[in-house]
Amino acid sequence: MTEREHRPATPGQGKAAPRPARIMRPTRAVGLVGYGAYVPRLRLPAKEVARVWSEGAALLPIREKSVPGLDEDVITMSIEATRNALARAQIPVEEIGALWVGSESHPYAVKPTSTVVAEAIGAVPHLLAADWEFACKAGSEALQAAIGMVGAGMMRYAVAVGMDTAQARPGDALEYTAGAGGAAFIVGPQEEALAEIEASLSFVTDTPDFWRRPGAKYPQHGQRFTGEPAYFRHVTTAGQELMQALGRTPADYRFIVLHQPNTKFPQRAAELLGFSPEQTRAGLLVPEIGNTYAGAALIGLTAILDEAEAGDRVLLVSFGSGAGSDAFSLQVTPRMAERRAAAPRTRDYITRRKEIDYGVYVRTRGKLSM
Amino acid sequence: MDIPRNWRLRTQRYALVGEECDHCHSKIFPPRDICPDCGLEAKAHYAFSGKGEIYSFTVVHDPPTGYEDQAPYAIALVKLEEGPIVTAQLTDVDSAQVAIGMPVEMVTRKLRAEGEEGVIHYGYKFRPTLARA
Ligand SMILES: [Zn+2]
Repeated sequence: MTEREHRPATPGQGKAAPRPARIMRPTRAVGLVGYGAYVPRLRLPAKEVARVWSEGAALLPIREKSVPGLDEDVITMSIEATRNALARAQIPVEEIGALWVGSESHPYAVKPTSTVVAEAIGAVPHLLAADWEFACKAGSEALQAAIGMVGAGMMRYAVAVGMDTAQARPGDALEYTAGAGGAAFIVGPQEEALAEIEASLSFVTDTPDFWRRPGAKYPQHGQRFTGEPAYFRHVTTAGQELMQALGRTPADYRFIVLHQPNTKFPQRAAELLGFSPEQTRAGLLVPEIGNTYAGAALIGLTAILDEAEAGDRVLLVSFGSGAGSDAFSLQVTPRMAERRAAAPRTRDYITRRKEIDYGVYVRTRGKLSM
Repeated sequence: MDIPRNWRLRTQRYALVGEECDHCHSKIFPPRDICPDCGLEAKAHYAFSGKGEIYSFTVVHDPPTGYEDQAPYAIALVKLEEGPIVTAQLTDVDSAQVAIGMPVEMVTRKLRAEGEEGVIHYGYKFRPTLARA
Protein backbone atom coordinates (compact mmCIF):
# COMPACT_ATOMS: atom_id res chain seq x y z
CA MET A 1 0.00 0.00 0.00
CA THR A 2 2.80 2.40 0.86
CA GLU A 3 4.30 3.77 -2.30
CA ARG A 4 7.63 5.45 -2.66
CA GLU A 5 7.49 8.87 -4.21
CA HIS A 6 9.93 9.23 -7.14
CA ARG A 7 9.90 12.79 -8.34
CA PRO A 8 12.46 15.32 -9.56
CA ALA A 9 12.22 18.17 -7.08
CA THR A 10 13.60 21.04 -9.16
CA PRO A 11 14.13 21.70 -12.90
CA GLY A 12 17.48 20.31 -14.02
CA GLN A 13 17.83 17.95 -11.10
CA GLY A 14 17.64 14.94 -13.39
CA LYS A 15 16.94 11.46 -12.10
CA ALA A 16 14.76 11.44 -8.99
CA ALA A 17 15.79 9.92 -5.70
CA PRO A 18 13.37 7.89 -3.56
CA ARG A 19 11.62 9.79 -0.75
CA PRO A 20 11.57 7.97 2.56
CA ALA A 21 8.70 8.74 4.93
CA ARG A 22 9.46 11.63 7.29
CA ILE A 23 8.28 11.07 10.82
CA MET A 24 8.05 14.17 13.04
CA ARG A 25 8.89 14.38 16.74
CA PRO A 26 9.55 17.59 18.65
CA THR A 27 12.76 18.13 20.64
CA ARG A 28 10.73 18.20 23.87
CA ALA A 29 8.00 15.60 24.36
CA VAL A 30 4.48 17.07 24.19
CA GLY A 31 0.90 15.96 24.55
CA LEU A 32 -2.71 17.06 24.70
CA VAL A 33 -3.23 18.74 28.08
CA GLY A 34 -6.84 19.56 27.26
CA TYR A 35 -9.50 18.72 24.68
CA GLY A 36 -13.03 19.89 24.02
CA ALA A 37 -15.78 19.36 21.47
CA TYR A 38 -18.78 21.25 20.17
CA VAL A 39 -21.80 20.16 18.12
CA PRO A 40 -24.84 22.43 17.52
CA ARG A 41 -28.31 21.31 18.59
CA LEU A 42 -30.19 21.06 15.29
CA ARG A 43 -30.26 17.88 13.15
CA LEU A 44 -31.36 17.45 9.56
CA PRO A 45 -32.16 13.79 8.73
CA ALA A 46 -30.69 12.66 5.41
CA LYS A 47 -34.11 11.29 4.49
CA GLU A 48 -35.40 14.90 4.55
CA VAL A 49 -32.85 15.89 1.89
CA ALA A 50 -33.79 12.78 -0.11
CA ARG A 51 -37.50 13.63 0.21
CA VAL A 52 -36.94 17.07 -1.34
CA TRP A 53 -34.38 16.20 -4.03
CA SER A 54 -34.78 12.56 -5.06
CA GLU A 55 -38.35 11.59 -4.09
CA GLY A 56 -36.85 9.72 -1.15
CA ALA A 57 -35.05 7.25 -3.41
CA ALA A 58 -31.39 8.10 -2.72
CA LEU A 59 -29.00 5.80 -0.86
CA LEU A 60 -28.32 7.69 2.35
CA PRO A 61 -24.63 8.27 3.23
CA ILE A 62 -25.44 9.07 6.89
CA ARG A 63 -28.50 9.11 9.21
CA GLU A 64 -28.56 12.82 10.02
CA LYS A 65 -26.30 15.87 10.16
CA SER A 66 -25.84 18.70 12.63
CA VAL A 67 -26.93 22.19 11.59
CA PRO A 68 -25.79 25.41 13.29
CA GLY A 69 -28.38 27.69 14.89
CA LEU A 70 -29.05 31.17 13.49
CA ASP A 71 -26.66 32.72 16.01
CA GLU A 72 -23.81 30.22 15.57
CA ASP A 73 -20.72 30.26 13.39
CA VAL A 74 -17.15 28.98 13.50
CA ILE A 75 -16.23 31.73 15.99
CA THR A 76 -18.94 30.92 18.55
CA MET A 77 -18.45 27.16 18.15
CA SER A 78 -14.67 27.47 18.53
CA ILE A 79 -15.16 29.52 21.71
CA GLU A 80 -17.26 26.79 23.32
CA ALA A 81 -14.92 23.94 22.29
CA THR A 82 -11.91 25.91 23.54
CA ARG A 83 -13.63 26.66 26.86
CA ASN A 84 -14.24 22.92 27.24
CA ALA A 85 -10.57 22.20 26.51
CA LEU A 86 -9.53 24.82 29.08
CA ALA A 87 -11.85 23.34 31.71
CA ARG A 88 -10.00 20.03 31.36
CA ALA A 89 -6.50 21.54 31.06
CA GLN A 90 -6.78 23.78 34.16
CA ILE A 91 -3.93 26.01 32.98
CA PRO A 92 -3.41 29.77 33.34
CA VAL A 93 -4.74 31.27 30.08
CA GLU A 94 -1.92 33.82 29.94
CA GLU A 95 0.51 30.96 29.28
CA ILE A 96 -1.18 30.15 25.98
CA GLY A 97 1.31 31.26 23.34
CA ALA A 98 -0.72 30.49 20.21
CA LEU A 99 -4.35 30.03 19.25
CA TRP A 100 -5.03 28.74 15.76
CA VAL A 101 -8.35 27.92 14.14
CA GLY A 102 -8.51 25.72 11.03
CA SER A 103 -11.72 25.96 9.01
CA GLU A 104 -13.14 26.44 5.56
CA SER A 105 -16.08 28.44 6.90
CA HIS A 106 -14.49 31.33 8.79
CA PRO A 107 -17.15 34.05 9.30
CA TYR A 108 -14.90 36.69 7.72
CA ALA A 109 -12.80 36.43 4.54
CA VAL A 110 -10.48 39.01 6.10
CA LYS A 111 -10.43 39.30 9.93
CA PRO A 112 -9.24 36.39 11.98
CA THR A 113 -11.53 34.01 13.82
CA SER A 114 -8.67 33.30 16.22
CA THR A 115 -8.45 36.80 17.73
CA VAL A 116 -12.12 36.73 18.75
CA VAL A 117 -11.69 33.28 20.31
CA ALA A 118 -8.51 34.40 22.09
CA GLU A 119 -10.30 37.48 23.43
CA ALA A 120 -13.29 35.45 24.62
CA ILE A 121 -11.12 33.07 26.63
CA GLY A 122 -8.98 35.89 28.01
CA ALA A 123 -5.72 34.80 26.33
CA VAL A 124 -4.95 38.17 24.69
CA PRO A 125 -2.71 40.04 23.98
CA HIS A 126 0.64 38.22 23.98
CA LEU A 127 0.05 35.25 21.71
CA LEU A 128 0.20 34.13 18.10
CA ALA A 129 -3.24 34.06 16.52
CA ALA A 130 -4.15 33.08 12.98
CA ASP A 131 -6.60 31.12 10.87
CA TRP A 132 -5.50 28.07 8.92
CA GLU A 133 -6.79 26.83 5.60
CA PHE A 134 -6.38 23.42 3.98
CA ALA A 135 -9.92 22.20 3.35
CA CYS A 136 -10.67 19.52 5.97
CA LYS A 137 -7.01 19.28 7.05
CA ALA A 138 -6.84 22.85 8.39
CA GLY A 139 -7.37 21.83 12.01
CA SER A 140 -4.86 18.97 12.04
CA GLU A 141 -2.31 21.22 10.31
CA ALA A 142 -2.79 23.71 13.17
CA LEU A 143 -2.24 20.81 15.59
CA GLN A 144 1.05 19.92 13.84
CA ALA A 145 2.18 23.53 14.20
CA ALA A 146 1.16 23.61 17.87
CA ILE A 147 3.25 20.50 18.52
CA GLY A 148 6.21 22.21 16.87
CA MET A 149 5.89 25.44 18.83
CA VAL A 150 5.47 23.78 22.21
CA GLY A 151 8.01 21.08 21.39
CA ALA A 152 10.60 23.70 20.50
CA GLY A 153 10.10 25.53 23.78
CA MET A 154 8.75 28.69 22.14
CA MET A 155 5.75 28.59 24.48
CA ARG A 156 4.25 26.39 27.18
CA TYR A 157 0.81 25.89 25.63
CA ALA A 158 -0.75 26.24 22.17
CA VAL A 159 -4.39 25.83 21.14
CA ALA A 160 -5.38 24.19 17.84
CA VAL A 161 -9.01 24.19 16.74
CA GLY A 162 -10.67 22.44 13.77
CA MET A 163 -14.23 23.70 13.27
CA ASP A 164 -16.65 24.04 10.38
CA THR A 165 -20.19 24.96 9.43
CA ALA A 166 -20.01 23.26 6.04
CA GLN A 167 -22.14 24.61 3.20
CA ALA A 168 -23.37 22.67 0.18
CA ARG A 169 -25.29 23.71 -2.90
CA PRO A 170 -28.99 22.79 -2.51
CA GLY A 171 -29.53 19.40 -4.14
CA ASP A 172 -25.79 18.60 -4.34
CA ALA A 173 -24.69 15.18 -3.07
CA LEU A 174 -22.74 17.00 -0.33
CA GLU A 175 -25.95 18.48 1.09
CA TYR A 176 -26.75 15.15 2.76
CA THR A 177 -23.55 15.24 4.79
CA ALA A 178 -22.25 18.84 5.14
CA GLY A 179 -22.46 19.21 8.93
CA ALA A 180 -21.33 21.54 11.72
CA GLY A 181 -19.03 20.92 14.67
CA GLY A 182 -15.44 20.41 15.67
CA ALA A 183 -12.91 20.26 18.46
CA ALA A 184 -10.21 22.21 20.27
CA PHE A 185 -6.95 20.83 21.67
CA ILE A 186 -4.40 22.37 23.99
CA VAL A 187 -0.88 21.12 23.39
CA GLY A 188 1.49 21.32 26.35
CA PRO A 189 4.44 19.58 28.01
CA GLN A 190 4.27 15.78 28.06
CA GLU A 191 4.43 15.65 31.88
CA GLU A 192 1.04 17.44 32.06
CA ALA A 193 -0.56 15.54 29.18
CA LEU A 194 -3.87 13.67 29.23
CA ALA A 195 -2.66 12.01 26.03
CA GLU A 196 0.95 11.98 24.88
CA ILE A 197 1.63 12.70 21.21
CA GLU A 198 4.20 10.06 20.25
CA ALA A 199 4.89 11.22 16.69
CA SER A 200 3.22 12.62 13.59
CA LEU A 201 3.59 12.56 9.83
CA SER A 202 2.18 14.52 6.91
CA PHE A 203 1.58 13.38 3.33
CA VAL A 204 0.51 15.93 0.69
CA THR A 205 0.21 16.14 -3.10
CA ASP A 206 -1.49 18.45 -5.60
CA THR A 207 -4.84 16.72 -6.22
CA PRO A 208 -7.91 18.50 -7.69
CA ASP A 209 -10.67 16.62 -5.85
CA PHE A 210 -12.60 19.50 -4.25
CA TRP A 211 -12.32 23.28 -4.34
CA ARG A 212 -14.07 26.62 -3.97
CA ARG A 213 -12.97 29.73 -5.87
CA PRO A 214 -12.99 33.15 -4.11
CA GLY A 215 -16.47 34.64 -4.11
CA ALA A 216 -18.15 31.33 -4.94
CA LYS A 217 -20.76 30.45 -2.31
CA TYR A 218 -20.56 26.67 -2.66
CA PRO A 219 -17.68 24.28 -3.37
CA GLN A 220 -17.21 22.12 -6.48
CA HIS A 221 -15.97 18.57 -6.45
CA GLY A 222 -14.33 16.22 -8.94
CA GLN A 223 -17.05 13.57 -8.53
CA ARG A 224 -15.43 10.11 -8.47
CA PHE A 225 -11.99 11.68 -8.24
CA THR A 226 -12.63 12.14 -4.51
CA GLY A 227 -12.26 8.43 -3.68
CA GLU A 228 -9.15 6.48 -4.70
CA PRO A 229 -6.61 9.13 -5.75
CA ALA A 230 -7.62 11.60 -3.05
CA TYR A 231 -9.08 10.24 0.20
CA PHE A 232 -7.91 6.62 0.18
CA ARG A 233 -4.39 7.22 -1.15
CA HIS A 234 -3.54 9.99 1.32
CA VAL A 235 -5.22 8.52 4.39
CA THR A 236 -3.88 4.99 4.01
CA THR A 237 -0.36 6.10 3.05
CA ALA A 238 -0.06 8.51 5.97
CA GLY A 239 -1.44 5.98 8.45
CA GLN A 240 0.67 3.12 7.14
CA GLU A 241 3.89 5.14 7.01
CA LEU A 242 3.50 6.43 10.55
CA MET A 243 2.87 2.94 11.95
CA GLN A 244 5.84 1.56 9.98
CA ALA A 245 8.17 4.32 11.17
CA LEU A 246 7.15 3.62 14.78
CA GLY A 247 7.43 -0.17 14.31
CA ARG A 248 3.74 -0.62 15.15
CA THR A 249 0.85 -2.67 13.84
CA PRO A 250 -2.91 -2.16 14.24
CA ALA A 251 -2.78 -4.53 17.23
CA ASP A 252 -0.82 -1.84 19.14
CA TYR A 253 -3.80 0.53 18.89
CA ARG A 254 -7.12 0.30 20.71
CA PHE A 255 -8.70 3.04 18.54
CA ILE A 256 -8.40 4.53 15.08
CA VAL A 257 -10.12 7.70 13.88
CA LEU A 258 -10.03 8.96 10.30
CA HIS A 259 -11.45 11.88 8.40
CA GLN A 260 -15.10 10.96 7.80
CA PRO A 261 -16.84 12.57 4.80
CA ASN A 262 -19.46 9.77 4.91
CA THR A 263 -19.85 6.48 6.76
CA LYS A 264 -18.26 4.17 4.18
CA PHE A 265 -14.95 5.92 3.44
CA PRO A 266 -13.47 5.77 6.95
CA GLN A 267 -14.77 2.22 7.49
CA ARG A 268 -13.11 1.07 4.26
CA ALA A 269 -9.85 2.97 4.86
CA ALA A 270 -9.58 1.58 8.40
CA GLU A 271 -10.08 -1.91 6.98
CA LEU A 272 -7.37 -1.31 4.35
CA LEU A 273 -5.03 -0.27 7.17
CA GLY A 274 -5.78 -3.54 8.98
CA PHE A 275 -8.11 -2.23 11.72
CA SER A 276 -11.30 -3.91 12.92
CA PRO A 277 -14.78 -2.36 13.13
CA GLU A 278 -14.43 -2.42 16.93
CA GLN A 279 -11.33 -0.18 16.75
CA THR A 280 -13.22 2.20 14.43
CA ARG A 281 -16.52 2.45 16.33
CA ALA A 282 -15.89 5.06 19.07
CA GLY A 283 -14.51 7.72 16.73
CA LEU A 284 -17.02 7.28 13.90
CA LEU A 285 -19.48 10.13 14.49
CA VAL A 286 -20.40 10.96 10.89
CA PRO A 287 -23.64 8.90 10.85
CA GLU A 288 -24.98 11.08 13.70
CA ILE A 289 -23.55 14.56 13.05
CA GLY A 290 -22.48 14.54 9.39
CA ASN A 291 -19.16 15.56 7.91
CA THR A 292 -17.81 18.39 10.03
CA TYR A 293 -14.94 19.03 7.57
CA ALA A 294 -11.96 20.52 9.46
CA GLY A 295 -13.60 19.25 12.64
CA ALA A 296 -14.38 15.70 11.48
CA ALA A 297 -11.35 13.61 12.46
CA LEU A 298 -10.64 15.84 15.47
CA ILE A 299 -14.08 15.59 17.05
CA GLY A 300 -13.89 11.84 16.47
CA LEU A 301 -10.73 11.89 18.58
CA THR A 302 -12.55 13.72 21.41
CA ALA A 303 -15.22 10.97 21.50
CA ILE A 304 -12.42 8.39 21.79
CA LEU A 305 -10.64 10.33 24.55
CA ASP A 306 -13.97 10.41 26.41
CA GLU A 307 -13.83 6.64 26.81
CA ALA A 308 -10.14 5.70 26.48
CA GLU A 309 -8.15 4.33 29.41
CA ALA A 310 -4.58 4.95 30.48
CA GLY A 311 -2.17 3.17 28.13
CA ASP A 312 -4.59 3.03 25.20
CA ARG A 313 -3.09 4.09 21.88
CA VAL A 314 -5.00 6.04 19.23
CA LEU A 315 -4.13 6.47 15.55
CA LEU A 316 -5.59 9.66 14.08
CA VAL A 317 -5.45 10.42 10.34
CA SER A 318 -7.07 13.52 8.88
CA PHE A 319 -7.68 14.30 5.22
CA GLY A 320 -8.02 17.59 3.41
CA SER A 321 -8.87 17.98 -0.26
CA GLY A 322 -6.27 19.45 -2.49
CA ALA A 323 -4.90 17.11 -0.93
CA GLY A 324 -3.17 15.77 2.16
CA SER A 325 -3.33 13.81 5.39
CA ASP A 326 -1.85 14.33 8.85
CA ALA A 327 -1.28 11.21 10.92
CA PHE A 328 -0.76 11.25 14.70
CA SER A 329 0.02 8.48 17.18
CA LEU A 330 -1.25 9.18 20.70
CA GLN A 331 -1.16 7.35 24.01
CA VAL A 332 -3.56 8.14 26.84
CA THR A 333 -2.00 8.85 30.27
CA PRO A 334 -3.36 8.16 33.80
CA ARG A 335 -4.12 11.91 34.11
CA MET A 336 -7.06 11.53 31.71
CA ALA A 337 -9.31 9.87 34.29
CA GLU A 338 -9.18 12.81 36.71
CA ARG A 339 -9.81 15.54 34.08
CA ARG A 340 -12.33 14.03 31.70
CA ALA A 341 -15.45 15.02 33.66
CA ALA A 342 -14.41 18.70 33.88
CA ALA A 343 -16.27 19.45 30.61
CA PRO A 344 -19.22 17.94 28.71
CA ARG A 345 -18.43 14.76 26.80
CA THR A 346 -18.83 14.77 23.03
CA ARG A 347 -21.77 12.34 23.44
CA ASP A 348 -23.58 14.92 25.60
CA TYR A 349 -23.66 17.25 22.59
CA ILE A 350 -24.67 14.47 20.19
CA THR A 351 -27.54 13.43 22.50
CA ARG A 352 -28.80 17.03 22.67
CA ARG A 353 -30.73 17.19 19.40
CA LYS A 354 -33.70 18.87 17.81
CA GLU A 355 -34.80 17.51 14.49
CA ILE A 356 -35.70 20.04 11.79
CA ASP A 357 -37.25 19.69 8.35
CA TYR A 358 -35.86 20.94 5.06
CA GLY A 359 -37.87 24.19 5.25
CA VAL A 360 -36.41 25.19 8.62
CA TYR A 361 -32.99 24.12 7.36
CA VAL A 362 -33.25 26.44 4.36
CA ARG A 363 -34.13 29.36 6.64
CA THR A 364 -31.42 28.53 9.18
CA ARG A 365 -28.67 28.23 6.62
CA GLY A 366 -29.56 31.43 4.78
CA LYS A 367 -30.30 29.65 1.50
CA LEU A 368 -33.31 31.88 0.82
CA SER A 369 -32.70 34.85 -1.49
CA MET A 370 -35.31 37.53 -0.89
CA MET B 1 -15.69 55.59 22.66
CA ASP B 2 -12.12 55.47 23.94
CA ILE B 3 -10.05 52.30 23.54
CA PRO B 4 -9.88 51.12 27.19
CA ARG B 5 -13.65 51.51 27.58
CA ASN B 6 -14.20 49.60 24.33
CA TRP B 7 -11.88 46.82 25.42
CA ARG B 8 -13.66 46.52 28.71
CA LEU B 9 -17.05 46.19 27.05
CA ARG B 10 -15.76 43.45 24.77
CA THR B 11 -14.52 41.35 27.67
CA GLN B 12 -17.80 41.93 29.47
CA ARG B 13 -19.85 40.86 26.44
CA TYR B 14 -17.82 37.87 25.32
CA ALA B 15 -17.12 36.27 28.67
CA LEU B 16 -19.44 37.80 31.26
CA VAL B 17 -16.65 39.61 33.06
CA GLY B 18 -17.88 41.98 35.75
CA GLU B 19 -16.40 43.26 39.00
CA GLU B 20 -15.96 42.22 42.59
CA CYS B 21 -16.15 44.78 45.37
CA ASP B 22 -12.90 44.84 47.41
CA HIS B 23 -14.83 46.00 50.46
CA CYS B 24 -17.95 43.82 50.78
CA HIS B 25 -17.09 41.22 48.10
CA SER B 26 -20.34 41.71 46.18
CA LYS B 27 -20.18 40.49 42.60
CA ILE B 28 -21.22 43.17 40.12
CA PHE B 29 -22.61 42.88 36.60
CA PRO B 30 -22.58 44.86 34.39
CA PRO B 31 -19.41 46.51 35.70
CA ARG B 32 -20.04 50.05 36.98
CA ASP B 33 -16.98 50.72 39.17
CA ILE B 34 -19.16 51.55 42.19
CA CYS B 35 -20.50 48.79 44.41
CA PRO B 36 -24.33 48.88 44.46
CA ASP B 37 -24.33 47.26 47.92
CA CYS B 38 -21.88 49.41 49.89
CA GLY B 39 -21.39 52.40 47.56
CA LEU B 40 -17.59 52.13 47.60
CA GLU B 41 -15.26 51.86 44.62
CA ALA B 42 -15.19 48.40 42.92
CA LYS B 43 -12.76 47.87 40.08
CA ALA B 44 -11.37 44.34 40.33
CA HIS B 45 -12.39 42.24 37.30
CA TYR B 46 -14.42 39.16 38.10
CA ALA B 47 -15.27 36.38 35.62
CA PHE B 48 -18.71 34.95 36.37
CA SER B 49 -19.35 31.22 36.17
CA GLY B 50 -22.13 31.79 33.66
CA LYS B 51 -24.51 29.57 35.64
CA GLY B 52 -27.87 30.88 36.72
CA GLU B 53 -31.64 30.48 36.44
CA ILE B 54 -34.46 32.27 34.71
CA TYR B 55 -36.00 34.94 36.96
CA SER B 56 -38.51 36.14 34.38
CA PHE B 57 -38.83 36.22 30.60
CA THR B 58 -40.76 37.48 27.59
CA VAL B 59 -41.02 36.24 24.00
CA VAL B 60 -40.22 38.79 21.29
CA HIS B 61 -42.30 38.43 18.12
CA ASP B 62 -41.75 41.93 16.74
CA PRO B 63 -38.00 42.47 17.06
CA PRO B 64 -36.01 45.68 16.67
CA THR B 65 -34.02 46.39 13.49
CA GLY B 66 -31.11 44.00 13.07
CA TYR B 67 -32.77 41.12 14.91
CA GLU B 68 -35.60 40.31 12.46
CA ASP B 69 -34.10 37.07 11.19
CA GLN B 70 -33.98 35.59 14.70
CA ALA B 71 -37.61 36.17 15.74
CA PRO B 72 -39.41 34.81 17.60
CA TYR B 73 -36.94 34.60 20.48
CA ALA B 74 -37.04 34.87 24.26
CA ILE B 75 -35.42 37.58 26.39
CA ALA B 76 -34.90 36.74 30.04
CA LEU B 77 -33.80 38.19 33.34
CA VAL B 78 -31.24 35.64 34.48
CA LYS B 79 -30.30 35.44 38.15
CA LEU B 80 -26.62 34.48 38.19
CA GLU B 81 -25.44 32.09 40.91
CA GLU B 82 -23.12 34.87 42.19
CA GLY B 83 -26.16 37.15 42.76
CA PRO B 84 -26.60 39.76 40.02
CA ILE B 85 -29.51 39.69 37.57
CA VAL B 86 -28.62 40.14 33.91
CA THR B 87 -30.87 40.71 30.89
CA ALA B 88 -30.04 38.50 27.92
CA GLN B 89 -31.42 36.69 24.91
CA LEU B 90 -32.07 32.94 25.30
CA THR B 91 -30.84 30.51 22.67
CA ASP B 92 -31.03 26.79 21.78
CA VAL B 93 -34.54 26.64 23.23
CA ASP B 94 -38.08 26.70 21.85
CA SER B 95 -39.99 29.65 23.33
CA ALA B 96 -42.72 27.30 24.57
CA GLN B 97 -40.18 25.43 26.71
CA VAL B 98 -38.93 28.49 28.61
CA ALA B 99 -39.99 28.57 32.28
CA ILE B 100 -39.20 30.58 35.40
CA GLY B 101 -36.59 28.78 37.48
CA MET B 102 -35.11 26.96 34.46
CA PRO B 103 -31.34 26.44 34.97
CA VAL B 104 -29.34 28.16 32.24
CA GLU B 105 -25.70 28.72 31.33
CA MET B 106 -23.87 31.45 29.42
CA VAL B 107 -22.73 30.91 25.84
CA THR B 108 -21.09 33.38 23.47
CA ARG B 109 -23.13 33.80 20.29
CA LYS B 110 -23.72 36.14 17.38
CA LEU B 111 -25.87 39.02 18.61
CA ARG B 112 -26.36 40.60 15.19
CA ALA B 113 -24.53 41.44 11.98
CA GLU B 114 -24.43 44.81 10.26
CA GLY B 115 -25.89 43.54 7.00
CA GLU B 116 -24.14 41.12 4.65
CA GLU B 117 -20.88 43.10 4.55
CA GLY B 118 -20.58 44.77 7.95
CA VAL B 119 -19.04 43.69 11.21
CA ILE B 120 -20.52 40.81 13.23
CA HIS B 121 -21.24 41.49 16.92
CA TYR B 122 -20.76 38.69 19.45
CA GLY B 123 -21.85 38.51 23.06
CA TYR B 124 -23.38 36.48 25.84
CA LYS B 125 -26.70 34.67 25.66
CA PHE B 126 -28.06 31.93 27.89
CA ARG B 127 -29.22 28.41 27.01
CA PRO B 128 -30.79 25.60 29.05
CA THR B 129 -27.96 23.95 30.98
CA LEU B 130 -26.53 21.14 28.86
CA ALA B 131 -27.69 17.74 30.15
CA ARG B 132 -24.71 15.55 30.99
CA ALA B 133 -24.61 11.77 31.17
ZN1 LIG C 1 -19.30 46.60 48.19
